[in-house]
Amino acid sequence: MAHIELGNDLPGIRGLMAYSPETAEPLNALAEMLLRNDDNSLSRGERELIGTYVSYLNDCFFCQNVHGAMAGYYLQCNTMQIDHIKQDFSSAPLSDKMKALLSIAASVQKGGKQVTTEQIDKARAEGATDREIHDTVLIAAAFCMFNRYVDGLGTTAPLDREFYVKRAPQRALEGYQSSVFK
Amino acid sequence: MPHIKLSNEYPGIRSLFIYRPETAAPLNALVQAMLHNPHPTLSAGERELIATYVSRLNTCFYCCNIHGAIAKHQLGNNGENSNIVEEVLADLETASISHKMKALLKIAAKVQSGGKNVLPPDIELARSEGATDLEIHDAVLIAAAFCMYNRYVDGLATWQPDNPELYDKMGEQRAREGYLTPPVKVS
Repeated sequence: MAHIELGNDLPGIRGLMAYSPETAEPLNALAEMLLRNDDNSLSRGERELIGTYVSYLNDCFFCQNVHGAMAGYYLQCNTMQIDHIKQDFSSAPLSDKMKALLSIAASVQKGGKQVTTEQIDKARAEGATDREIHDTVLIAAAFCMFNRYVDGLGTTAPLDREFYVKRAPQRALEGYQSSVFK
Repeated sequence: MPHIKLSNEYPGIRSLFIYRPETAAPLNALVQAMLHNPHPTLSAGERELIATYVSRLNTCFYCCNIHGAIAKHQLGNNGENSNIVEEVLADLETASISHKMKALLKIAAKVQSGGKNVLPPDIELARSEGATDLEIHDAVLIAAAFCMYNRYVDGLATWQPDNPELYDKMGEQRAREGYLTPPVKVS
């Protein structure tokens, strides 16, 4: 049960967004721009993977399953493969650029000052652009918010991980701004 | 020096907003809704205090100073309120704020250390001091959001001037205008 009376039984952040539509609007607009807008050299799947990995590091069950399922949908891999990336991305079949960006995201999760110039140089050497580095840092930072919002208010989440996998194609189609309350 | 080439001379998050206006729009809309728009029970100054306190816990110099300056302007720069920001940052227990605000700031500190660290007794304490569900919700979201803004500002190593007069000037503007107007030039 959530820490406050939400007046709805929607899971995770969706219950909070229905409770507080004034803040839901910019939160959804941010997720849409960061994760789904196609004017980006990082694919939707790559950006969802950064969100998934940071949610895993923050131990947020709802977010890592929602976004893990989205990443799996876009990248065409199953839950086991996404779990492998979360647990040890260095041995996963990802580009060296993505590995360098995930390492930056992990530092952001610990704290902004943890990002080192060596990590930035490494990402650049693997072909990451400034904008890709920017978006990686902001996605990681944003999930440090989303995860705390979801867990800080003690929201509930379906335990069946297939629930998230089944919802992903519809969310991919509709985006983050149009289907929140469904 | 910032980790990426920002090509502008604005400090802190403003340099990032100018670099990437597409993400600046929802980030500014969020801070405006959380901190500046009218609220049924929490003043803008009280909400800015939560932002300032979390930014200090995250050791984000820019955010702590700019929101501290905005809080001062919102709470009133003269008389009994003039030292509230310093008092809260020095010692929450002895600061001259309400017990309800202390309980909300304690929840904010728990959120800063991790969402799961907020426990039922933290919520019960806030409720017993008169906090509403909306106030608890907003305290959690403000604290969570500043765990984002702080990481964004420090994670890209933005320029953060150390001149208090600059923060006072920028803070006066934001307290008056909110977050949606162009920044004043400070460099």
